[in-house]
Amino acid sequence: MTKHQIPNTKYQTLNTSHPLIELINVDIFYGSMQVLFSISLRVFQGELICLLGGNASGKSSTLKTILGICKPSKGRVLLNGQDTGKLKTRDVISKGVSIVPENRRIFPHMTVLENLEMGAYLRNDREEIRKDMENIFDLFPILRERSLKQGITLSGGEQQMLAMGRALLSRPSLLLMDEPSMGLSPRLVDQQFEIIQKVNSMGTAVLMVEQNASMALSIADRGYVLQTGSVVIEGNAEELINDPMMQEAYLGGGDGDV
Amino acid sequence: MDIILQELPQQLVNGLTLGGIYALIAIGYSMVYGVLSMLNFAHGEVYMIGGFTGWWVLHYFSTQNVPFMHASLVITVTILVVMLCCGMLGILIERVAYRPLRGAPRMNLLLSALGVSIFLQNLVLTLQGAKVKVFHISHLIPESVRTFEIGGVVFSFMRLLVIAISFGMMLILSYVIKQTRAGKAMRATAQDIEAAEFMGIDVDRIVMLVFFVGSALGGAAGILVSLLFTQVDYYVGFQAGLKGFTAAVLGGIGNIKGAMLGGILLGLTEALAVSVFPSAYKDVVAFTILIIVLIFRPWGLVGEKLPEKV
Repeated sequence: MTKHQIPNTKYQTLNTSHPLIELINVDIFYGSMQVLFSISLRVFQGELICLLGGNASGKSSTLKTILGICKPSKGRVLLNGQDTGKLKTRDVISKGVSIVPENRRIFPHMTVLENLEMGAYLRNDREEIRKDMENIFDLFPILRERSLKQGITLSGGEQQMLAMGRALLSRPSLLLMDEPSMGLSPRLVDQQFEIIQKVNSMGTAVLMVEQNASMALSIADRGYVLQTGSVVIEGNAEELINDPMMQEAYLGGGDGDV
Repeated sequence: MDIILQELPQQLVNGLTLGGIYALIAIGYSMVYGVLSMLNFAHGEVYMIGGFTGWWVLHYFSTQNVPFMHASLVITVTILVVMLCCGMLGILIERVAYRPLRGAPRMNLLLSALGVSIFLQNLVLTLQGAKVKVFHISHLIPESVRTFEIGGVVFSFMRLLVIAISFGMMLILSYVIKQTRAGKAMRATAQDIEAAEFMGIDVDRIVMLVFFVGSALGGAAGILVSLLFTQVDYYVGFQAGLKGFTAAVLGGIGNIKGAMLGGILLGLTEALAVSVFPSAYKDVVAFTILIIVLIFRPWGLVGEKLPEKV
Protein backbone atom coordinates (compact mmCIF):
# COMPACT_ATOMS: atom_id res chain seq x y z
CA MET A 1 0.00 0.00 0.00
CA THR A 2 1.65 3.21 -1.12
CA LYS A 3 0.78 6.74 -0.52
CA HIS A 4 -0.45 7.84 -3.89
CA GLN A 5 -2.71 5.03 -4.94
CA ILE A 6 -5.73 7.21 -4.47
CA PRO A 7 -6.05 10.47 -6.40
CA ASN A 8 -5.19 13.08 -3.91
CA THR A 9 -6.07 16.72 -3.89
CA LYS A 10 -5.41 17.57 -0.31
CA TYR A 11 -2.08 19.27 -0.81
CA GLN A 12 -3.80 22.19 -2.46
CA THR A 13 -5.26 23.22 0.83
CA LEU A 14 -2.37 22.16 2.99
CA ASN A 15 -0.74 24.71 5.26
CA THR A 16 -2.75 27.59 3.89
CA SER A 17 -4.50 28.56 7.12
CA HIS A 18 -3.98 28.24 10.84
CA PRO A 19 -3.95 24.69 12.20
CA LEU A 20 -7.20 22.84 12.84
CA ILE A 21 -5.84 21.82 16.18
CA GLU A 22 -2.76 23.08 17.92
CA LEU A 23 -1.27 22.05 21.25
CA ILE A 24 1.25 24.52 22.62
CA ASN A 25 3.53 23.34 25.45
CA VAL A 26 0.79 21.36 27.14
CA ASP A 27 1.29 19.79 30.57
CA ILE A 28 -1.29 17.27 31.75
CA PHE A 29 -1.57 15.83 35.24
CA TYR A 30 -3.68 12.93 36.49
CA GLY A 31 -3.91 13.90 40.11
CA SER A 32 -0.33 14.46 41.12
CA MET A 33 1.14 12.36 38.30
CA GLN A 34 2.31 14.23 35.24
CA VAL A 35 1.59 12.35 32.02
CA LEU A 36 2.31 14.95 29.34
CA PHE A 37 5.37 17.19 29.43
CA SER A 38 5.20 20.33 27.34
CA ILE A 39 3.65 18.69 24.31
CA SER A 40 3.41 20.76 21.14
CA LEU A 41 1.60 19.43 18.13
CA ARG A 42 -0.38 20.77 15.20
CA VAL A 43 -2.65 19.30 12.58
CA PHE A 44 -3.52 21.32 9.48
CA GLN A 45 -6.57 20.97 7.30
CA GLY A 46 -6.51 17.81 5.21
CA GLU A 47 -3.41 16.32 6.80
CA LEU A 48 -2.97 12.74 7.89
CA ILE A 49 -0.87 12.71 11.04
CA CYS A 50 0.16 9.76 13.13
CA LEU A 51 1.00 9.78 16.78
CA LEU A 52 3.37 6.94 17.62
CA GLY A 53 4.79 5.56 20.80
CA GLY A 54 4.69 2.59 23.12
CA ASN A 55 2.39 1.93 26.01
CA ALA A 56 1.94 4.76 28.48
CA SER A 57 3.81 7.16 26.23
CA GLY A 58 0.97 9.68 26.44
CA LYS A 59 -0.76 9.04 23.11
CA SER A 60 -4.20 8.54 24.59
CA SER A 61 -3.75 11.44 26.98
CA THR A 62 -2.99 13.63 23.99
CA LEU A 63 -6.27 12.62 22.34
CA LYS A 64 -8.10 13.20 25.63
CA THR A 65 -6.58 16.65 25.79
CA ILE A 66 -7.80 17.49 22.30
CA LEU A 67 -11.27 16.24 23.25
CA GLY A 68 -11.31 18.43 26.33
CA ILE A 69 -11.50 15.46 28.71
CA CYS A 70 -8.11 16.36 30.18
CA LYS A 71 -7.49 20.01 30.87
CA PRO A 72 -3.92 21.31 30.62
CA SER A 73 -2.42 22.74 33.77
CA LYS A 74 0.03 24.60 31.58
CA GLY A 75 0.00 25.43 27.88
CA ARG A 76 -2.86 25.93 25.47
CA VAL A 77 -5.06 23.89 23.18
CA LEU A 78 -6.34 25.78 20.15
CA LEU A 79 -9.14 24.46 17.98
CA ASN A 80 -9.41 26.50 14.78
CA GLY A 81 -7.36 29.12 16.58
CA GLN A 82 -9.79 29.21 19.51
CA ASP A 83 -8.78 28.24 23.02
CA THR A 84 -10.63 25.12 24.19
CA GLY A 85 -9.80 25.74 27.84
CA LYS A 86 -13.43 25.99 28.95
CA LEU A 87 -15.03 23.72 26.38
CA LYS A 88 -16.64 20.45 27.33
CA THR A 89 -16.17 17.37 25.19
CA ARG A 90 -19.45 17.82 23.41
CA ASP A 91 -18.55 21.43 22.54
CA VAL A 92 -15.32 20.21 20.99
CA ILE A 93 -17.32 17.60 19.05
CA SER A 94 -19.75 20.26 17.88
CA LYS A 95 -16.83 22.25 16.49
CA GLY A 96 -15.92 19.57 14.01
CA VAL A 97 -13.86 17.01 15.89
CA SER A 98 -14.89 13.37 15.83
CA ILE A 99 -13.36 10.22 17.24
CA VAL A 100 -13.20 6.53 16.50
CA PRO A 101 -12.44 5.41 20.03
CA GLU A 102 -10.15 2.63 21.09
CA ASN A 103 -12.05 -0.67 21.00
CA ARG A 104 -14.63 1.00 18.74
CA ARG A 105 -17.19 1.59 21.50
CA ILE A 106 -20.24 1.21 19.29
CA PHE A 107 -23.60 1.10 21.06
CA PRO A 108 -24.10 -2.66 21.42
CA HIS A 109 -27.88 -2.73 21.74
CA MET A 110 -28.73 -0.22 19.09
CA THR A 111 -29.06 -1.12 15.45
CA VAL A 112 -26.42 -0.20 12.91
CA LEU A 113 -28.76 2.49 11.64
CA GLU A 114 -29.32 3.90 15.12
CA ASN A 115 -25.59 3.90 15.78
CA LEU A 116 -25.10 5.96 12.64
CA GLU A 117 -27.93 8.28 13.66
CA MET A 118 -26.11 8.90 16.94
CA GLY A 119 -23.10 9.99 14.89
CA ALA A 120 -25.29 12.69 13.36
CA TYR A 121 -26.80 13.61 16.75
CA LEU A 122 -25.82 17.27 16.55
CA ARG A 123 -27.05 17.77 13.01
CA ASN A 124 -30.54 18.82 11.94
CA ASP A 125 -30.27 18.62 8.15
CA ARG A 126 -32.25 15.43 7.60
CA GLU A 127 -31.83 15.32 3.86
CA GLU A 128 -28.08 15.78 4.05
CA ILE A 129 -27.81 13.18 6.81
CA ARG A 130 -29.67 10.73 4.58
CA LYS A 131 -27.22 11.43 1.74
CA ASP A 132 -24.23 11.06 4.04
CA MET A 133 -25.62 7.78 5.28
CA GLU A 134 -25.89 6.55 1.71
CA ASN A 135 -22.26 7.53 1.21
CA ILE A 136 -21.28 5.59 4.31
CA PHE A 137 -23.21 2.58 3.02
CA ASP A 138 -21.39 2.92 -0.33
CA LEU A 139 -18.08 3.05 1.52
CA PHE A 140 -19.00 0.06 3.71
CA PRO A 141 -21.59 -2.00 1.79
CA ILE A 142 -21.70 -4.59 4.56
CA LEU A 143 -23.24 -2.00 6.90
CA ARG A 144 -26.16 -1.54 4.52
CA GLU A 145 -26.86 -5.27 4.69
CA ARG A 146 -26.65 -5.22 8.45
CA SER A 147 -28.42 -1.90 8.97
CA LEU A 148 -31.21 -3.35 11.14
CA LYS A 149 -28.95 -5.67 13.16
CA GLN A 150 -27.84 -4.83 16.69
CA GLY A 151 -24.31 -3.52 16.97
CA ILE A 152 -23.23 -6.35 19.23
CA THR A 153 -23.97 -8.94 16.52
CA LEU A 154 -21.37 -7.44 14.17
CA SER A 155 -17.90 -8.90 13.75
CA GLY A 156 -14.88 -6.94 14.93
CA GLY A 157 -14.14 -5.65 11.44
CA GLU A 158 -17.73 -4.63 10.87
CA GLN A 159 -17.80 -2.86 14.22
CA GLN A 160 -14.71 -0.92 13.22
CA MET A 161 -16.46 0.16 10.00
CA LEU A 162 -19.51 1.15 12.00
CA ALA A 163 -17.43 3.20 14.43
CA MET A 164 -15.77 4.88 11.46
CA GLY A 165 -19.08 5.56 9.72
CA ARG A 166 -20.56 6.87 12.94
CA ALA A 167 -17.63 9.24 13.42
CA LEU A 168 -17.86 10.50 9.84
CA LEU A 169 -21.57 11.27 10.08
CA SER A 170 -20.86 14.37 12.14
CA ARG A 171 -18.96 15.68 9.08
CA PRO A 172 -15.80 16.26 11.07
CA SER A 173 -12.98 18.42 9.82
CA LEU A 174 -10.68 16.49 12.17
CA LEU A 175 -11.06 12.77 12.71
CA LEU A 176 -9.26 11.27 15.68
CA MET A 177 -8.50 7.57 15.52
CA ASP A 178 -7.40 5.72 18.63
CA GLU A 179 -5.56 2.49 17.74
CA PRO A 180 -7.52 1.68 14.58
CA SER A 181 -5.64 -1.55 13.97
CA MET A 182 -6.13 -2.94 17.46
CA GLY A 183 -7.77 -6.34 17.57
CA LEU A 184 -8.12 -6.67 13.81
CA SER A 185 -6.73 -9.42 11.62
CA PRO A 186 -3.90 -8.39 9.26
CA ARG A 187 -6.21 -8.39 6.26
CA LEU A 188 -8.66 -6.12 8.05
CA VAL A 189 -5.84 -3.85 9.16
CA ASP A 190 -4.87 -3.34 5.51
CA GLN A 191 -8.48 -2.57 4.68
CA GLN A 192 -8.74 -0.22 7.63
CA PHE A 193 -5.71 1.79 6.57
CA GLU A 194 -6.96 2.01 2.99
CA ILE A 195 -10.21 3.44 4.30
CA ILE A 196 -8.42 5.95 6.50
CA GLN A 197 -6.43 7.05 3.47
CA LYS A 198 -9.58 7.32 1.40
CA VAL A 199 -11.42 9.36 4.03
CA ASN A 200 -8.40 11.61 4.33
CA SER A 201 -8.18 12.06 0.57
CA MET A 202 -11.74 13.33 0.60
CA GLY A 203 -10.58 16.24 2.73
CA THR A 204 -10.91 15.16 6.38
CA ALA A 205 -7.83 15.69 8.48
CA VAL A 206 -6.91 12.58 10.46
CA LEU A 207 -4.92 12.32 13.66
CA MET A 208 -4.24 8.68 14.30
CA VAL A 209 -2.77 7.08 17.38
CA GLU A 210 -1.15 3.82 16.40
CA GLN A 211 1.21 1.20 17.76
CA ASN A 212 1.83 -0.21 14.31
CA ALA A 213 4.43 2.40 13.36
CA SER A 214 5.47 1.29 9.88
CA MET A 215 1.89 0.79 8.81
CA ALA A 216 0.88 4.20 10.10
CA LEU A 217 3.88 5.97 8.55
CA SER A 218 3.19 4.34 5.18
CA ILE A 219 0.03 6.42 4.80
CA ALA A 220 0.77 9.46 6.99
CA ASP A 221 2.01 12.88 5.92
CA ARG A 222 3.76 13.61 9.18
CA GLY A 223 4.28 11.90 12.49
CA TYR A 224 5.05 12.59 16.13
CA VAL A 225 6.74 10.06 18.36
CA LEU A 226 5.94 10.22 22.06
CA GLN A 227 7.99 8.76 24.85
CA THR A 228 6.97 8.97 28.51
CA GLY A 229 4.89 12.05 27.84
CA SER A 230 7.21 14.06 25.61
CA VAL A 231 7.55 14.43 21.86
CA VAL A 232 10.95 12.89 21.07
CA ILE A 233 10.85 12.88 17.28
CA GLU A 234 8.67 14.67 14.79
CA GLY A 235 8.79 15.13 11.06
CA ASN A 236 7.61 14.03 7.65
CA ALA A 237 6.72 10.40 7.31
CA GLU A 238 9.71 9.73 5.01
CA GLU A 239 12.07 11.35 7.49
CA LEU A 240 10.69 9.28 10.31
CA ILE A 241 10.92 6.05 8.35
CA ASN A 242 14.58 6.75 7.68
CA ASP A 243 15.39 8.07 11.12
CA PRO A 244 17.95 5.76 12.76
CA MET A 245 16.39 6.14 16.20
CA MET A 246 12.98 5.28 14.78
CA GLN A 247 14.43 2.33 12.94
CA GLU A 248 15.83 0.95 16.12
CA ALA A 249 13.04 1.73 18.57
CA TYR A 250 9.85 1.40 16.57
CA LEU A 251 10.49 -0.04 13.16
CA GLY A 252 13.02 -2.66 14.21
CA GLY A 253 13.42 -5.51 11.74
CA GLY A 254 11.00 -3.80 9.40
CA ASP A 255 8.04 -5.97 10.37
CA GLY A 256 6.31 -2.95 11.74
CA ASP A 257 5.55 -4.17 15.23
CA VAL A 258 6.78 -2.29 18.24
CA MET B 1 -60.14 -25.36 43.06
CA ASP B 2 -63.57 -24.13 41.98
CA ILE B 3 -63.28 -21.10 44.17
CA ILE B 4 -59.89 -20.27 42.72
CA LEU B 5 -61.25 -20.49 39.17
CA GLN B 6 -64.25 -18.38 40.08
CA GLU B 7 -61.98 -15.71 41.48
CA LEU B 8 -59.54 -15.92 38.63
CA PRO B 9 -60.81 -12.99 36.52
CA GLN B 10 -60.83 -10.79 39.59
CA GLN B 11 -57.40 -11.88 40.71
CA LEU B 12 -56.18 -11.25 37.20
CA VAL B 13 -57.46 -7.68 37.40
CA ASN B 14 -55.90 -7.31 40.85
CA GLY B 15 -52.64 -8.73 39.53
CA LEU B 16 -52.55 -6.39 36.55
CA THR B 17 -53.35 -3.43 38.81
CA LEU B 18 -50.51 -4.26 41.16
CA GLY B 19 -48.33 -5.21 38.21
CA GLY B 20 -48.86 -1.91 36.44
CA ILE B 21 -47.97 -0.05 39.62
CA TYR B 22 -44.86 -2.15 40.30
CA ALA B 23 -43.80 -1.71 36.69
CA LEU B 24 -44.10 2.09 36.90
CA ILE B 25 -41.90 2.10 40.00
CA ALA B 26 -39.45 -0.42 38.58
CA ILE B 27 -38.93 1.66 35.44
CA GLY B 28 -37.48 4.48 37.54
CA TYR B 29 -35.06 2.11 39.27
CA SER B 30 -33.99 0.57 36.01
CA MET B 31 -33.57 3.80 34.05
CA VAL B 32 -31.36 5.32 36.74
CA TYR B 33 -29.36 2.12 37.08
CA GLY B 34 -28.96 2.12 33.31
CA VAL B 35 -27.22 5.48 33.11
CA LEU B 36 -25.46 5.70 36.49
CA SER B 37 -25.12 2.04 37.61
CA MET B 38 -26.57 3.01 40.96
CA LEU B 39 -29.60 1.91 42.97
CA ASN B 40 -31.64 4.99 43.69
CA PHE B 41 -33.10 3.94 47.01
CA ALA B 42 -34.76 7.33 47.35
CA HIS B 43 -37.12 6.30 44.58
CA GLY B 44 -39.69 4.84 46.99
CA GLU B 45 -39.94 8.21 48.75
CA VAL B 46 -40.65 9.92 45.44
CA TYR B 47 -43.55 7.50 45.07
CA MET B 48 -44.76 8.40 48.55
CA ILE B 49 -44.47 12.13 47.86
CA GLY B 50 -46.47 11.51 44.69
CA GLY B 51 -49.35 10.36 46.90
CA PHE B 52 -49.08 13.40 49.17
CA THR B 53 -48.80 15.85 46.28
CA GLY B 54 -51.91 14.29 44.79
CA TRP B 55 -53.74 14.69 48.08
CA TRP B 56 -52.92 18.39 48.16
CA VAL B 57 -53.91 18.94 44.54
CA LEU B 58 -57.28 17.27 45.14
CA HIS B 59 -57.64 19.19 48.39
CA TYR B 60 -57.09 22.40 46.46
CA PHE B 61 -59.73 21.43 43.91
CA SER B 62 -62.31 20.67 46.57
CA THR B 63 -61.76 23.70 48.80
CA GLN B 64 -60.72 26.56 46.55
CA ASN B 65 -63.95 27.02 44.63
CA VAL B 66 -62.36 26.04 41.41
CA PRO B 67 -64.93 26.27 38.60
CA PHE B 68 -66.65 22.96 38.16
CA MET B 69 -64.55 20.42 36.30
CA HIS B 70 -65.53 17.00 35.18
CA ALA B 71 -64.17 14.23 37.41
CA SER B 72 -62.02 12.78 34.64
CA LEU B 73 -60.41 16.18 34.11
CA VAL B 74 -59.75 16.58 37.84
CA ILE B 75 -58.05 13.20 37.97
CA THR B 76 -56.05 13.90 34.81
CA VAL B 77 -54.85 17.27 36.09
CA THR B 78 -54.00 15.76 39.47
CA ILE B 79 -51.89 13.03 37.89
CA LEU B 80 -50.11 15.46 35.58
CA VAL B 81 -49.31 17.90 38.41
CA VAL B 82 -48.03 15.01 40.54
CA MET B 83 -45.83 13.78 37.69
CA LEU B 84 -44.42 17.24 37.10
CA CYS B 85 -43.67 17.80 40.80
CA CYS B 86 -42.12 14.36 41.28
CA GLY B 87 -40.11 14.74 38.09
CA MET B 88 -38.68 18.02 39.38
CA LEU B 89 -38.01 16.39 42.74
CA GLY B 90 -36.08 13.64 40.94
CA ILE B 91 -33.96 16.23 39.14
CA LEU B 92 -33.33 18.01 42.44
CA ILE B 93 -32.27 14.77 44.17
CA GLU B 94 -29.82 13.99 41.36
CA ARG B 95 -28.39 17.50 41.37
CA VAL B 96 -27.95 17.74 45.13
CA ALA B 97 -27.15 14.20 46.25
CA TYR B 98 -25.76 12.27 43.28
CA ARG B 99 -24.04 14.55 40.80
CA PRO B 100 -21.39 15.76 43.25
CA LEU B 101 -20.54 12.07 43.74
CA ARG B 102 -20.17 11.24 40.05
CA GLY B 103 -16.98 9.24 39.77
CA ALA B 104 -16.91 8.38 43.46
CA PRO B 105 -17.09 4.72 44.49
CA ARG B 106 -20.57 3.32 44.02
CA MET B 107 -20.95 2.62 47.72
CA ASN B 108 -20.92 6.38 48.34
CA LEU B 109 -23.77 6.89 45.91
CA LEU B 110 -25.74 4.11 47.55
CA LEU B 111 -25.27 5.65 50.99
CA SER B 112 -26.23 9.04 49.65
CA ALA B 113 -29.41 7.52 48.21
CA LEU B 114 -30.28 5.95 51.57
CA GLY B 115 -29.62 9.32 53.20
CA VAL B 116 -31.99 11.07 50.80
CA SER B 117 -34.59 8.40 51.49
CA ILE B 118 -34.42 8.86 55.25
CA PHE B 119 -34.40 12.64 54.84
CA LEU B 120 -37.49 12.73 52.62
CA GLN B 121 -39.40 10.32 54.84
CA ASN B 122 -38.73 12.43 57.90
CA LEU B 123 -39.40 15.65 56.05
CA VAL B 124 -42.88 14.42 55.17
CA LEU B 125 -43.36 13.09 58.70
CA THR B 126 -42.50 16.51 60.10
CA LEU B 127 -44.61 18.47 57.66
CA GLN B 128 -47.61 16.15 57.41
CA GLY B 129 -47.57 14.13 60.59
CA ALA B 130 -47.71 10.40 61.06
CA LYS B 131 -51.45 10.16 60.60
CA VAL B 132 -52.82 8.55 57.47
CA LYS B 133 -54.07 11.10 54.96
CA VAL B 134 -57.44 10.03 53.62
CA PHE B 135 -58.58 10.90 50.12
CA HIS B 136 -62.19 12.07 50.02
CA ILE B 137 -62.97 11.36 46.43
CA SER B 138 -66.40 9.76 46.67
CA HIS B 139 -67.81 12.78 44.83
CA LEU B 140 -65.46 12.23 41.90
CA ILE B 141 -66.55 8.71 41.10
CA PRO B 142 -70.25 8.11 41.77
CA GLU B 143 -71.26 5.00 43.65
CA SER B 144 -73.05 3.68 40.59
CA VAL B 145 -69.94 3.29 38.47
CA ARG B 146 -67.51 2.25 41.18
CA THR B 147 -68.04 -1.41 40.48
CA PHE B 148 -69.76 -3.12 37.62
CA GLU B 149 -70.54 -6.66 36.67
CA ILE B 150 -69.76 -8.56 33.51
CA GLY B 151 -70.90 -12.17 33.30
CA GLY B 152 -71.17 -12.62 37.03
CA VAL B 153 -67.75 -11.15 37.72
CA VAL B 154 -67.54 -7.90 39.62
CA PHE B 155 -64.92 -5.42 38.39
CA SER B 156 -63.70 -2.33 40.17
CA PHE B 157 -63.73 0.79 38.05
CA MET B 158 -60.72 2.28 39.85
CA ARG B 159 -58.66 -0.82 39.25
CA LEU B 160 -59.41 -0.82 35.55
CA LEU B 161 -58.54 2.87 35.47
CA VAL B 162 -55.20 2.19 37.14
CA ILE B 163 -54.48 -0.59 34.65
CA ALA B 164 -55.39 1.62 31.70
CA ILE B 165 -53.29 4.54 32.90
CA SER B 166 -50.22 2.53 33.90
CA PHE B 167 -50.17 0.45 30.73
CA GLY B 168 -50.84 3.56 28.65
CA MET B 169 -47.85 5.29 30.24
CA MET B 170 -45.69 2.25 29.52
CA LEU B 171 -46.73 2.26 25.87
CA ILE B 172 -45.91 5.96 25.55
CA LEU B 173 -42.56 5.48 27.27
CA SER B 174 -41.70 2.54 25.02
CA TYR B 175 -42.42 4.66 21.97
CA VAL B 176 -40.37 7.59 23.27
CA ILE B 177 -37.39 5.38 24.11
CA LYS B 178 -37.51 3.56 20.81
CA GLN B 179 -38.27 6.31 18.34
CA THR B 180 -37.46 9.80 19.52
CA ARG B 181 -34.12 11.58 19.43
CA ALA B 182 -34.08 12.02 23.20
CA GLY B 183 -35.03 8.37 23.71
CA LYS B 184 -32.22 7.19 21.49
CA ALA B 185 -29.81 9.49 23.29
CA MET B 186 -30.97 7.93 26.58
CA ARG B 187 -30.30 4.45 25.29
CA ALA B 188 -26.91 5.45 23.93
CA THR B 189 -25.99 7.05 27.26
CA ALA B 190 -27.09 3.95 29.16
CA GLN B 191 -25.07 1.67 26.89
CA ASP B 192 -21.84 3.67 26.86
CA ILE B 193 -21.81 7.02 28.60
CA GLU B 194 -18.38 8.04 27.28
CA ALA B 195 -19.13 7.08 23.70
CA ALA B 196 -22.40 8.99 24.02
CA GLU B 197 -20.43 12.06 24.96
CA PHE B 198 -18.25 11.52 21.89
CA MET B 199 -21.42 11.82 19.79
CA GLY B 200 -21.98 15.27 21.25
CA ILE B 201 -24.77 14.10 23.54
CA ASP B 202 -25.08 16.27 26.66
CA VAL B 203 -25.01 13.37 29.11
CA ASP B 204 -25.72 15.58 32.13
CA ARG B 205 -28.97 16.64 30.49
CA ILE B 206 -29.77 13.04 29.64
CA VAL B 207 -29.19 11.98 33.25
CA MET B 208 -31.52 14.79 34.33
CA LEU B 209 -34.10 13.63 31.83
CA VAL B 210 -33.81 10.07 33.10
CA PHE B 211 -34.39 11.21 36.67
CA PHE B 212 -37.31 13.36 35.54
CA VAL B 213 -39.06 10.59 33.63
CA GLY B 214 -38.32 7.87 36.20
CA SER B 215 -39.48 10.02 39.12
CA ALA B 216 -42.56 11.26 37.26
CA LEU B 217 -43.62 7.66 36.64
CA GLY B 218 -42.84 6.74 40.26
CA GLY B 219 -44.96 9.68 41.42
CA ALA B 220 -47.75 8.63 39.09
CA ALA B 221 -47.67 5.17 40.67
CA GLY B 222 -47.90 6.84 44.09
CA ILE B 223 -51.00 8.88 43.27
CA LEU B 224 -52.66 5.95 41.47
CA VAL B 225 -52.27 3.68 44.49
CA SER B 226 -53.42 6.46 46.82
CA LEU B 227 -56.54 6.98 44.69
CA LEU B 228 -57.16 3.25 44.67
CA PHE B 229 -56.90 2.78 48.43
CA THR B 230 -57.96 6.41 49.15
CA GLN B 231 -55.13 6.92 51.60
CA VAL B 232 -51.42 7.62 51.92
CA ASP B 233 -48.97 7.93 54.78
CA TYR B 234 -45.32 8.87 55.12
CA TYR B 235 -44.15 5.25 55.33
CA VAL B 236 -45.61 3.74 52.15
CA GLY B 237 -42.51 4.51 50.10
CA PHE B 238 -40.38 1.89 51.79
CA GLN B 239 -42.53 -1.09 50.88
CA ALA B 240 -43.34 0.22 47.41
CA GLY B 241 -39.67 0.92 46.77
CA LEU B 242 -38.74 -2.63 47.72
CA LYS B 243 -41.41 -4.06 45.45
CA GLY B 244 -40.35 -1.84 42.57
CA PHE B 245 -36.74 -2.83 43.12
CA THR B 246 -37.73 -6.52 43.18
CA ALA B 247 -39.61 -6.07 39.92
CA ALA B 248 -36.63 -4.29 38.33
CA VAL B 249 -34.25 -7.08 39.38
CA LEU B 250 -36.72 -9.72 38.25
CA GLY B 251 -36.80 -8.21 34.78
CA GLY B 252 -33.10 -7.42 34.65
CA ILE B 253 -32.01 -4.15 36.20
CA GLY B 254 -31.06 -1.47 33.72
CA ASN B 255 -33.49 -2.81 31.16
CA ILE B 256 -36.71 -0.82 30.78
CA LYS B 257 -38.67 -3.55 29.02
CA GLY B 258 -37.47 -5.91 31.75
CA ALA B 259 -38.77 -3.54 34.42
CA MET B 260 -42.20 -3.52 32.79
CA LEU B 261 -42.27 -7.28 32.44
CA GLY B 262 -40.88 -7.84 35.94
CA GLY B 263 -43.47 -5.52 37.46
CA ILE B 264 -46.39 -7.16 35.70
CA LEU B 265 -45.17 -10.65 36.55
CA LEU B 266 -44.61 -9.75 40.19
CA GLY B 267 -48.09 -8.25 40.45
CA LEU B 268 -49.74 -11.25 38.85
CA THR B 269 -47.78 -13.70 41.01
CA GLU B 270 -48.73 -11.86 44.19
CA ALA B 271 -52.40 -11.73 43.24
CA LEU B 272 -52.52 -15.41 42.32
CA ALA B 273 -50.61 -16.34 45.46
CA VAL B 274 -53.24 -14.56 47.50
CA SER B 275 -55.91 -16.80 46.03
CA VAL B 276 -53.97 -19.87 47.16
CA PHE B 277 -52.20 -18.82 50.37
CA PRO B 278 -53.47 -16.51 53.11
CA SER B 279 -53.02 -12.93 51.94
CA ALA B 280 -50.50 -12.26 54.70
CA TYR B 281 -48.03 -14.31 52.66
CA LYS B 282 -48.19 -11.90 49.71
CA ASP B 283 -44.88 -10.25 50.52
CA VAL B 284 -43.27 -13.58 51.32
CA VAL B 285 -44.01 -14.61 47.76
CA ALA B 286 -42.57 -11.40 46.34
CA PHE B 287 -39.33 -11.57 48.24
CA THR B 288 -38.95 -15.31 47.74
CA ILE B 289 -39.02 -14.54 44.03
CA LEU B 290 -36.36 -11.87 44.56
CA ILE B 291 -34.09 -14.31 46.38
CA ILE B 292 -34.56 -17.05 43.79
CA VAL B 293 -33.84 -14.66 40.93
CA LEU B 294 -30.76 -13.31 42.68
CA ILE B 295 -29.44 -16.83 43.20
CA PHE B 296 -30.16 -18.39 39.82
CA ARG B 297 -30.54 -15.56 37.35
CA PRO B 298 -29.06 -12.39 38.85
CA TRP B 299 -29.13 -10.69 35.46
CA GLY B 300 -32.92 -11.05 35.38
CA LEU B 301 -35.39 -12.42 32.88
CA VAL B 302 -34.55 -10.23 29.89
CA GLY B 303 -31.39 -8.58 31.12
CA GLU B 304 -28.14 -9.88 29.77
CA LYS B 305 -25.18 -11.40 31.46
CA LEU B 306 -22.54 -8.73 31.55
CA PRO B 307 -19.17 -8.71 33.18
CA GLU B 308 -18.98 -6.22 36.03
CA LYS B 309 -18.26 -2.80 34.58
CA VAL B 310 -14.85 -1.55 35.59
